[in-house]
Amino acid sequence: MSVAALYREQVLKHARDPIHFRRVEHAQHVPGNNPLCGDKLDLYVTIDGDTITDVSFHGVGCAISMASASMMSELLSGLDTATAGTLVDEVNAMLAESVDSVVSVNLQDLPIAALGEVRRYPSRVKCATLAWHAMAAALRGDSDPVSTE
Amino acid sequence: MNAASVDNVISDDALEARMRALRDDFPALHQEVNGQPLVFLDSAASSQRSNAVIEAMRHYESHDHANVHRGVHTLSHRATDAYEGARERVRQFMNAGSVREIIFTRGTTEAINLVAQTWGVSNLKAGDEVVVTHLEHHANIVPWQMLADRIGIKLVVAPVEENGDVIAERVIECFTDRTRLLAIASVSNALGTILPLETVIPAAKERGITVLVDGAQHAPHAPIDVANLGADFFVFSGHKMTGPTGIGVLWGREALLEAMPPWQGGGDMIETVSFEGTTYNALPYKFEAGTPYIAGAVGLAAAIDYLEGVGMDNVQRYERILLDYLTEQMLAQDDIRIIGTAPKKASVVSFLMDDVHPHDLGTIVDQRGIAVRTGHHCAMPVMSLLEVPGTARASLALYNWREDIDALIDALATVRNLFR
Repeated sequence: MSVAALYREQVLKHARDPIHFRRVEHAQHVPGNNPLCGDKLDLYVTIDGDTITDVSFHGVGCAISMASASMMSELLSGLDTATAGTLVDEVNAMLAESVDSVVSVNLQDLPIAALGEVRRYPSRVKCATLAWHAMAAALRGDSDPVSTE
Repeated sequence: MNAASVDNVISDDALEARMRALRDDFPALHQEVNGQPLVFLDSAASSQRSNAVIEAMRHYESHDHANVHRGVHTLSHRATDAYEGARERVRQFMNAGSVREIIFTRGTTEAINLVAQTWGVSNLKAGDEVVVTHLEHHANIVPWQMLADRIGIKLVVAPVEENGDVIAERVIECFTDRTRLLAIASVSNALGTILPLETVIPAAKERGITVLVDGAQHAPHAPIDVANLGADFFVFSGHKMTGPTGIGVLWGREALLEAMPPWQGGGDMIETVSFEGTTYNALPYKFEAGTPYIAGAVGLAAAIDYLEGVGMDNVQRYERILLDYLTEQMLAQDDIRIIGTAPKKASVVSFLMDDVHPHDLGTIVDQRGIAVRTGHHCAMPVMSLLEVPGTARASLALYNWREDIDALIDALATVRNLFR
């Protein structure tokens, strides 16, 4: 399998031109970092009742971490918290599993499934999970800094 | 020495032809990684070992191992001879006056911590200043920060220029009447900068400042001559100079080591022990508590034999040829920026590709069998100073050749194509 399968256009488009790449005031803010890489990501989540009205982020990192956060912002903005919570758990589970394991039906047709390829590169998995760990914390109402270590 | 003087007159081409054969002595280089021949450009992190080192350690483990310094039996004698023979080999390699000045440690990091926790704690007091440079490895920053927390010393950071150079005068300007120690790298692991030790050490000594040199990146690339360097401590690791991990050296002036309190307590470092009071062993054993890494010392001695067989002058000259070639090839790429362009550099090239994060670059070239380091290289302060999140770093050793550099340049085209 070529490394091009990971760095496919779908992923690179998000990395080059991330969706909701901005700082948001009055949102729940979860700072995240990957100490090994030096990736830094600030996640901003706005929740109105049971609805996630906006997911935005800002930070510096590799293409994988930026694309992952961008895809997440696109996917979760507008969803209800329960549905989002399920997707976050499924993505985190997907990224924690071996590369041969089947991606859940919920994720199969989503752009984020493309990031499953990162499992071939164990040292890079944390780049992809940072945003999702921060999101899991936000959904728990936890604003403490999140680290991949 | 005759061989070295003859080598100085052979042409670069003849030297290169000879050095290219060294590759055959390093078995790890002859393998495929991700279906491609391995191109190892990460020797500044840890170098590969020669057959000579592997065989010396295997021989020791297979025939000569017992504990050192205590048995009357034959194997204990052999092990002691091997271990103390390695110490003598290190002494010669560094041009030190006495084996009493050669302390085996786990590596550079442990050696610096040893100095901080013994010399530092017994000689420094609140308000005293320790000067480091902005490009030091974390191993030459954190032990002094720990002393700042513990006894209130002040850490003074000498500046680094935008091109990664360290200007002697700007280090010397940091000296005050409270400066007690200059702790300085000889070569920057992150940028390859060669620091102006020949100027800053005499300036420090004139002011009565003790000098510790972090030689981790010096030892693999150039001869060490502590008798003429003027420093008080010089530390390095085995694994960066084709030796094993887990072994390194602290060299210190005998009078300083003599006056320092012991560090770790235990066997080997004592003379007599009783509950009424314990007396400590003489140098160098005073600082070597517990059974040491004997096979590591044997491997280090074999690495020294190997390097000296090649000739450190030849190593230095050949790596210069490779560095010039790598730099020239990198400069020919419009989208590559070299981070660290000091006039005097060792064989390390840190770089960034436009619009590509170093980690992505590292993953992609690894698929071409090429090992480069990416990240902050345990030198976060200099990365912040230069306002880069990290870099990709290609570092060269005596066993690299031009084809390794060509392979990297070729793989950079793959990275570029993926990202465009």
